[in-house]
Amino acid sequence: MAMAGAEIERLIKQAFPDAQVIIVDLKGDGDHFGARVTSGAFTGKSRIQQHKMVYEALQGQMGGALHALALETSAPK
Amino acid sequence: MTNPTAERIKGIVASSDVVLFMKGVPEAPECGFSASVVQILNGLKVPFKGVNVLVDPQVREGIKSFSDWPTIPQLYVKGEFLGGADIVRAMFQEGELTTLLSDKGVLTAAS
Repeated sequence: MAMAGAEIERLIKQAFPDAQVIIVDLKGDGDHFGARVTSGAFTGKSRIQQHKMVYEALQGQMGGALHALALETSAPK
Repeated sequence: MTNPTAERIKGIVASSDVVLFMKGVPEAPECGFSASVVQILNGLKVPFKGVNVLVDPQVREGIKSFSDWPTIPQLYVKGEFLGGADIVRAMFQEGELTTLLSDKGVLTAAS
């Protein structure tokens, strides 16, 4: 079962209340998403740490129900 | 406790300076994310070893816990986990990848 974009956004915002989240359905198939996440929680973290934080927010769906999520993370400038 | 798969992955990671765990082979990637990393490495003319996880279910599952990373592809440089496709692309775009690879001595100096 694929995950809806709205559900991805909800889980990310639940973990990072300050986050700006942009979700794009890259192929229009409800299965390949792109997400740009900006949150103060990323300040001072390496890219690997930032991506792991988002994967954790997705509660194990990444690599499972969620096949493809192209992720861009950053701290607010 | 010994974990034969983890030991095997350790050996694979150590077998080459740059190792890419991917879906498909470098000549014919079977996933867009794997293809994008192959393109970047080829573009930088970095020699690398591609490991096709699709033909090796143990490595396919084992690499996820080995790296504590849920997805394929995964790039290792000199035994260090660098990240997945998004991170490699972001590092490439920021110029960080070229710097890191030449610092590690795996990038042949551009003429």
